[in-house]
Amino acid sequence: MSELEAFRAEIRAWIEANCPEEMRKPVQGEDDICWGGRNFVFKSAAQKQWMEVCAAKGFTVPDWPKPYGGAGMSPAEAKVWREELARAGARPPLSSFGIWMLGPALLKFGTEEQKVLYLNQIARGEIRWCQGYSEPGSGSDLVSLQTFGEDKGDHWVVNGQKIWTSYADKADWIFCLVRTDKANTYQGISFLLFDMTTPGVTTKPIKLISGSSPFCETFFDNVVVPKHQIVGQLNRGWDVAKYLLGHEREMISGAGGGEQTSTIGKVLARGGLDDPMLRAELAQFDIDALAFAACGEKFLDEIKVGKAHPAKPNMMKYAGTELNKRRHELLMAAGGSTALEWESEETRGGAPARSWLRTKANSIEGGTSEVMLNVVAKRILELPGA
Amino acid sequence: MPLYHTEDQAMLAESVTGFMADEGGIKKQLRHWRDFNCKDGFGHGLWKQFAEMGLTGMLAAEADGGLAMGHVEAGIVLAEIGRNLTPSPFLTTSVMGVTALSEASDDLRGRWLPGIIAGETVLAVAIDEGAKHKPEKIACRAERAGNGFRLTGAKDFVIHGTSADAIIVAARTSGSDSDADGVTLFAVPKDAAGIGHNAVRLVDSSMASHVRFDGVELDGSTVIGEVDGGRALLNKVLSAGRIGAAAEQTGVGSGAFAMTTGYLKTRKQFGKLIGEFQALQHRAAHLYSELEIAEAVVIKAQQLLDGGSERAELMVSVAKAKAARVCNLAVREGVQMHGGVGMTDEFDIGLYMKRERALTEFMGDANYHAERVAQLSGY
Ligand SMILES: Cc1cc2nc3c(=O)[nH]c(=O)nc-3n(C[C@H](O)[C@H](O)[C@H](O)COP(=O)(O)OP(=O)(O)OC[C@H]3O[C@@H](n4cnc5c(N)ncnc54)[C@H](O)[C@@H]3O)c2cc1C
Ligand SMILES: Cc1cc2nc3c(=O)[nH]c(=O)nc-3n(C[C@H](O)[C@H](O)[C@H](O)COP(=O)(O)OP(=O)(O)OC[C@H]3O[C@@H](n4cnc5c(N)ncnc54)[C@H](O)[C@@H]3O)c2cc1C
Repeated sequence: MSELEAFRAEIRAWIEANCPEEMRKPVQGEDDICWGGRNFVFKSAAQKQWMEVCAAKGFTVPDWPKPYGGAGMSPAEAKVWREELARAGARPPLSSFGIWMLGPALLKFGTEEQKVLYLNQIARGEIRWCQGYSEPGSGSDLVSLQTFGEDKGDHWVVNGQKIWTSYADKADWIFCLVRTDKANTYQGISFLLFDMTTPGVTTKPIKLISGSSPFCETFFDNVVVPKHQIVGQLNRGWDVAKYLLGHEREMISGAGGGEQTSTIGKVLARGGLDDPMLRAELAQFDIDALAFAACGEKFLDEIKVGKAHPAKPNMMKYAGTELNKRRHELLMAAGGSTALEWESEETRGGAPARSWLRTKANSIEGGTSEVMLNVVAKRILELPGA
Repeated sequence: MPLYHTEDQAMLAESVTGFMADEGGIKKQLRHWRDFNCKDGFGHGLWKQFAEMGLTGMLAAEADGGLAMGHVEAGIVLAEIGRNLTPSPFLTTSVMGVTALSEASDDLRGRWLPGIIAGETVLAVAIDEGAKHKPEKIACRAERAGNGFRLTGAKDFVIHGTSADAIIVAARTSGSDSDADGVTLFAVPKDAAGIGHNAVRLVDSSMASHVRFDGVELDGSTVIGEVDGGRALLNKVLSAGRIGAAAEQTGVGSGAFAMTTGYLKTRKQFGKLIGEFQALQHRAAHLYSELEIAEAVVIKAQQLLDGGSERAELMVSVAKAKAARVCNLAVREGVQMHGGVGMTDEFDIGLYMKRERALTEFMGDANYHAERVAQLSGY
């Protein structure tokens, strides 16, 4: 048995022994996800237990180094971990913007003190982060952002407004893009971290078409941010922001095994549907889903060994989110009038319709599909004037 | 196994890429043989060169003088064949034919493999009956006669049929047309009495044949594998042909795409390079994304096939369907974005469109494979 196979056997046995039965049921909706954080209310004892046993082993962030709360797995080992989780049908023990976005950025740009402090908090599910990028006047054109940090010697005083800040009302800390030089656009932005309980921070939830309110307007009124809470250099926050966006886009793409990588043709049999046109559409979808899954696997394999084009996450996000929207269109079609029910017990409170509507944001959040295509045209295809 | 080429495979890719661009290029091969109105549609000299490169026997067992490589390696060659539109009997001979012979008797392997490996022998594969691929139904019959069989029936879309030294024929030896059992594969030598060809040139300049077998007498030594038990071997040959065609299509698609993005960077209208127009940029970026996905699923299916995975059959159909759709998009966008010159014979982009159409049809089009995906997935 190769070392990797021995590792697989070990992981398989560990999951078998430690993953509670309840955590092996598929995630049904956003409120099944374990987000962690100071204010997080675990949905069940099993959810808490699963997060804690994993955190103790570094398995919430398997490929981060051990001193930062990870398990120090190699790329090949981390792949085995993901495969074995999927095989057991086990839920991710912990999901968070800290894991997907801030963590990778800190690993690359953070100081040693920042890494030890913040990464361990993320790995153990102690601090939940939100992302303060978008502003009312700065969406796709993010670099035009206006939130300003005034230099006061050992700290900044931040004033301005963010919008679409997901989970700002539930998060403990924010990673925030703040203009620190009005004379420069790209080179006038700094990447700051601060506590959402700092005086002057307020949030106001916004209701989505799906009925839930996962995001907020976020206001900063003379918020004091100490100088050591900057990531990377002063006025060079755009580099950090862009690097982080790569990871965000990778995550939203579902390349690592998001729902868009699984097939849906079987709903036909389950629903007793006899509809050859729908069947054909489902088969086409399943082909695209399985092909995208292979592409996600290849992308992750390549990224770990530095073989992927640095702008590839943009392509993956474009493809993955467009696919996911199609997936939910088809699930709605297969569900017929039942899928229209907004509050019934049978639909678990309108889950199909709410999920369908939620997926429409996939090709907007983290950069729109059109912006992804712009980036691919420019950075990968090197088309003129792009 | 990671979904990218190993070091050995990358080395193979490098040498094949150079070889095919130098020796198998459009001007030197496809246009040359087409304009020459060659009856084979490919050059035997190049086939010899394939042998010198060690490509002809790559799938054959080492004991038979081959290299015992897999579909990932064959796919590397086919992608370059696709990119250069290189006419050659590689897919029918070295991929499908050799796969069929892998289960043949020592005699039969000894009869055909050395010539294949030397680049002297060409094989064709006769499966389809009718204009659409439907190997579930096989009506062409081989009836027992004395110590051997008598073959009667017709086969269509037999690529390289008239050039082949032997045709691998899937025939019915028992049961009714649509039975899974009762199928047998034969290696029918070209000089057997009673074979009639109606050779036709196809849209991509390749040569196919409508073959008639008019009571062709075959002795028992031409049987490949088990009499009546050939369905599993046929499926193996089909999988090899399908994933091979899919790999070739990714090459055709990316060749067309490279030509098109090149054109977007040189053609000017409205005082600008046309690649500056966002309408074209977005379509090019979308196409890039689709091509990446198609390439990924092709290598995934190749690896599963080489590893003997039970998911291989499903993923081969996924790959064939996806590669077909994406390659089709690539050639359509290619011609459109070339504007008027895309319609001319002088520009190569139209040749990609023609090849795509022929490859899509070969061993099942996208709809055929979508149907298979649904069936194999249980709906
Ligand atoms: C559910 C959800 C959660 C979000 N969470 C967060 C978060 O946590 N933190 C955060 O900072 N932001 C968040 N966002 C904001 C998100 O990043 C922005 O919505 C996104 O970047 C688009 O900006 P916009 O909404 O201002 O649209 P606009 O930029 O105004 O775009 C409008 C339309 O114009 C198109 N367009 C714009 N520019 C171009 C161009 N150059 N070429 C072609 N087309 C173009 C766009 O593609 C889009 O279709 C979230 C958004 C959603 C929907
Ligand atoms: C079969 C045939 C018959 C013809 N017969 C005649 C005839 O009898 N008389 C005659 O005068 N002409 C004729 N034409 C020419 C025809 O009108 C031109 O081919 C057509 O106008 C396109 O111009 P082009 O070929 O130079 O392509 P280009 O203008 O170079 O276009 C190349 C690509 O760029 C795209 N493109 C160009 N500008 C933009 C833009 N601003 N935004 C987005 N995309 C853009 C185009 O859509 C195209 O996809 C014929 C063409 C064909 C193919």
